Amino acid sequence: MIRSILTTAMLIGLAGPALAEEDEAAQATRWQELKSTLFGDRPVIEDSNVITLDAPTRALDASTVPIGVSMSTAGPQISGGVTKLWLVVDGNPSPIVGAFSFGPDADPRSLRTRVRVDQYTLIHAVAETANGRLFSTAKFVKAAGGCSAPSTKDPQLAMSRLGEIRVRLEGNSVPVEGSVTTAQLLISHPNNNGMQMDQLTHNYIPPHYIQTVKVTYGSKLVFSVDADISLSEDPAITFGLRLDGDGPLHVEVQDSAKGDYRRDFALLKGS
Amino acid sequence: MAEIAPGIHVRHGVHEEATAANQDGIANIGFVVGEKSVAIIDPGGSRDDGQALRSHVRAVTDLPISHVVLTHFHPDHVFGCVAFEADKPHFVAHARALALLVTRGEFYRNSLADILGLEAAGDYEKPAMLVTDRATIDLGGRSLSLQAHRTAHTDNDLTILDDRTATLWTGDLLFIDRVPAIDGSILGWRAVIDTLRQMPVKLAVPGHGPVSVAWPAGLDDESRYLDLLTREIRAVIARGGSIEEAVGTVGLSERSRWLLFDDYNGRNVTTAFKELEWE
Repeated sequence: MIRSILTTAMLIGLAGPALAEEDEAAQATRWQELKSTLFGDRPVIEDSNVITLDAPTRALDASTVPIGVSMSTAGPQISGGVTKLWLVVDGNPSPIVGAFSFGPDADPRSLRTRVRVDQYTLIHAVAETANGRLFSTAKFVKAAGGCSAPSTKDPQLAMSRLGEIRVRLEGNSVPVEGSVTTAQLLISHPNNNGMQMDQLTHNYIPPHYIQTVKVTYGSKLVFSVDADISLSEDPAITFGLRLDGDGPLHVEVQDSAKGDYRRDFALLKGS
Repeated sequence: MAEIAPGIHVRHGVHEEATAANQDGIANIGFVVGEKSVAIIDPGGSRDDGQALRSHVRAVTDLPISHVVLTHFHPDHVFGCVAFEADKPHFVAHARALALLVTRGEFYRNSLADILGLEAAGDYEKPAMLVTDRATIDLGGRSLSLQAHRTAHTDNDLTILDDRTATLWTGDLLFIDRVPAIDGSILGWRAVIDTLRQMPVKLAVPGHGPVSVAWPAGLDDESRYLDLLTREIRAVIARGGSIEEAVGTVGLSERSRWLLFDDYNGRNVTTAFKELEWE
């Protein structure tokens, strides 16, 4: 039986063929432009010793592509460690997924999230170190249609839990003060990018998306992110956390409709 | 083409992806013949698939084609609409189908055109008769009861029950042999299956699978698969596991029981995980 991968996804329709797949030269040009916009003339060094990106070669669901970044925190190149991270889906209408800033209570060795991918594209991750150097890595992902995919299967349910925030510790680990743990932040938000249609009115839904997320532990910053519409609906961010004192873990989310959602989590037993 | 009950004709869809050889004739489609008119239940997956279906109708009866009912918005069920334009039928669908036909239709059409060519790909028609809950179609001496469902396989699944023979067209609420594809809600789909079990049905036409199955036993395999995914994904979430881990581990004991399993299971797990992590 001849099976076309291309049509596999058609029955569902969220991933599919790139209608106009860019050649390598076009991809390079696009990245040059993005890099110049973000970083001006600063040198950006591709170095897999400093930063690597994990992403599926072919996405199962273009509206929710899980990606992960691993960053080195030691070595002569990166004295002071990683302080900032940019995630960029080059081929998206609005390519910046987010600009992350790490604080003293972060463990920036690993960060995972889920992104939308609108066409076959390179995804870039760029880390900035405390001494002001920029390091990048990239991966090519085959996925299409993730930006116009209906943002949610059940709009009423999605709006009823808008702004709900959950945090869980990976592997349900029992946290100990002073240790480093991995936590997942889940935010219920449609993250509408203005490219989906309302099911009842058949008008395009105005953009309504998360702009900033700030996570602190006690009085210290873990990370903050300036986000954009390439983040998936119901964003999920898995990050390293230094349990420096009693906490609590505090999460603040602001969206483009002036929504402001906050929640505290006591992670240590008895705190 | 098989007449599975008096006046109910079904064309079996092959268990393949769309190719030039099969003209996207991969879904079960067909028609119901009344005393005054004919209703098409899913016009097929392309222009030629729809035209072949129309020829089958004309080999059986000269009665007018009064309705073309879409069980949901997926391309393998709707792109044969173009073959029935000249009949000027009422195009009928779940009220929520229109938005998805419009938002995803062009993407589907371009994808299908890459395989079949643009003209042969066919196209959908915008349905004018939209069902929000229930509706009845009168074909003269026999009526069809339409029911719009909550989000399940998609958010716009419509079932059609023929009152004369108690035959239920399930659309893609029922997959047999070919692995189910979740484009809606796994919990909603399981709830709809429970609703379907209670309906006064003798025989059913699944969207993919044999042209007819006994009721409600025909639901059992699909129900088992969806129950298993739900149970295993909940277990991954409960132990703090990731969506990537779920994709790599969940549902695999069903692998030998379904056609096209590797093409759809990972995506089903992704869709279901996103739903279940917010329970």
